[in-house]
Amino acid sequence: MNPAYGGAVVLTLKLAGLTTLILLLLGTPLAWWLARTRSWVKLPIGALVALPLVLPPTVLGFYLLVALGPHGPLGQLTQSLGLGLLPFTFSGLVLGSVIYSMPFVLQPLQNAFEAIGEQPLEAAATLRASPLDTFIHVVLPLARPGYLSAAVMGFAHTVGEFGVVLMIGGNIPDSTRVLSVQIYDHVEALEYTQAHWLAGGMLLFSFAALLALYALNPGGQRQGAAQR
Amino acid sequence: MTAAVEQRLHARFRLSHPGFTLQVDLNLAGAGVTALFGASGSGKTSCLRVIAGLSRSDPDCNAYIAVNGKVWQDDSAGLFVPVHQRAIGYVFQDANLFTHLNVAQNLAFGRQRVAAAQQRIALEQVVALLGIGHLMQRRPGTLSGGERQRVAIARALATSPRLLLLDEPLAALDAQRKAEILPYLEKLHSELDLPVLYVSHATDEVARLADQMVLLDAGRVSAAGATHELMTRLDLPLAHGDGAGALIHATISGHEALYHLTLADFPGGRLRVASQPRALGQRLRLRVLARDVSLTLAPQAGTSILNILPARVVAFADDSPGQVMVALDAGGTALLARITKKSVDALSLVPGSAVYAQVKGVAIVG
Repeated sequence: MNPAYGGAVVLTLKLAGLTTLILLLLGTPLAWWLARTRSWVKLPIGALVALPLVLPPTVLGFYLLVALGPHGPLGQLTQSLGLGLLPFTFSGLVLGSVIYSMPFVLQPLQNAFEAIGEQPLEAAATLRASPLDTFIHVVLPLARPGYLSAAVMGFAHTVGEFGVVLMIGGNIPDSTRVLSVQIYDHVEALEYTQAHWLAGGMLLFSFAALLALYALNPGGQRQGAAQR
Repeated sequence: MTAAVEQRLHARFRLSHPGFTLQVDLNLAGAGVTALFGASGSGKTSCLRVIAGLSRSDPDCNAYIAVNGKVWQDDSAGLFVPVHQRAIGYVFQDANLFTHLNVAQNLAFGRQRVAAAQQRIALEQVVALLGIGHLMQRRPGTLSGGERQRVAIARALATSPRLLLLDEPLAALDAQRKAEILPYLEKLHSELDLPVLYVSHATDEVARLADQMVLLDAGRVSAAGATHELMTRLDLPLAHGDGAGALIHATISGHEALYHLTLADFPGGRLRVASQPRALGQRLRLRVLARDVSLTLAPQAGTSILNILPARVVAFADDSPGQVMVALDAGGTALLARITKKSVDALSLVPGSAVYAQVKGVAIVG
């Protein structure tokens, strides 16, 4: 096997792992807030974070590139913080992936939290559990199926992203050249054998991920609804 | 020694929803079972939720909630104790067990969050009281409705609450399941020294369980007092209709073994009831329905009716068309009799008339 595969595979797994971790940490409070708030800003915020679902990835990547560039507001911010410029770096790729994969993590979490409803929270409060205690010992276990879905969807989706990566990451070996970009390179170069290896690997990986999700979580989201 | 804390339950607040306002100012004995009684939509559950802290009263109503010396809410002092810091046990209408935990873990959830020094009720006692020892490893989803409700009551009791709040714990159950749980609730009453607020719209439940009652009607308290007094007050809807009747607190004074009868004495006389396997001197709660009481002017000889009590007519009120509810005083104990208007005229009954109440049926409700 071509040693360049190894670099791309490790980079892709690193990117997807880190992105998923960040998304679960960010997504938990955000999804909790979206599931519970009655504020009118819920709708615009919900629509905003769901935008990557409908937006062409290149559009998202283009705006990120502009915003993160030397004249963009985020670019000036990262420069003044001494972080330099993020486009065409791994950090920039992580930022783009977090935004791009956000809805795939947020929505399973929000659905799980909404399915739990008010009742277990009230029961926990009458049993002396503080709100944080309740969140850790009642909400998180009850939302476990949602977390599984969120992690698998977030991870798999980041592994498969292409447009955003190409726009703000480019194609730098061991820094931003992830699997999907590498497959594109091979196809461009008419190296179909190599493309087959990588594409087939991705196909198997995605199938295995979904299989694991269904096996670990029989009934999936329906379980949350049936509990009510 | 400090003086004993006043055993009272105070609750004063207002709660407004669109089209509905609940306004109460309660000052109740902080012991025994108190029923919050009323039709659905009268505000019973809302009242319970505000006392528990699950619902917030109107910000401008100067709410005050205190239970046996512990103040949980005092708007004038800006005090609101969050739900999880109130020593309450709350049983929801539909049990509301944690589905991710088994029965034992459900019981442990609240208990392990209470300091050991404040645990007055032993877990084994609770488990035995509610008869759930064989269910400990089961998941809530595999329990019957009645079992779930018993576990929910046990879970609340396991926290050694200072006040037990029961929100229609039997409402979601069929008659058979109800009959399965009621004895446990009665044991609760007799074995634990714990004030209980019990929301109900069923007269028979209240007659069995409640020492005192608060009647709610469209968000207002229409009456409050001892159960046996409210049950016979003709100005209240409780004393009307088919289920109306008196509640009598009696003491077992003897047994007629030959006839399988037990003698139950109360200030107004003696009732013979179906044999009870209980010792002399034990208390009995008896329910005498108004429709089971007929009146005569002279004591009847040659009748199969065992229980005939001398009484005085206190007042009348129209019941259904042609029917009159008669309030009676039998030696200080109130009774109700529902008779026809024609009989009232035929016997020339007026307040003060001396009559004999023939009691055709007595139910033992505790």
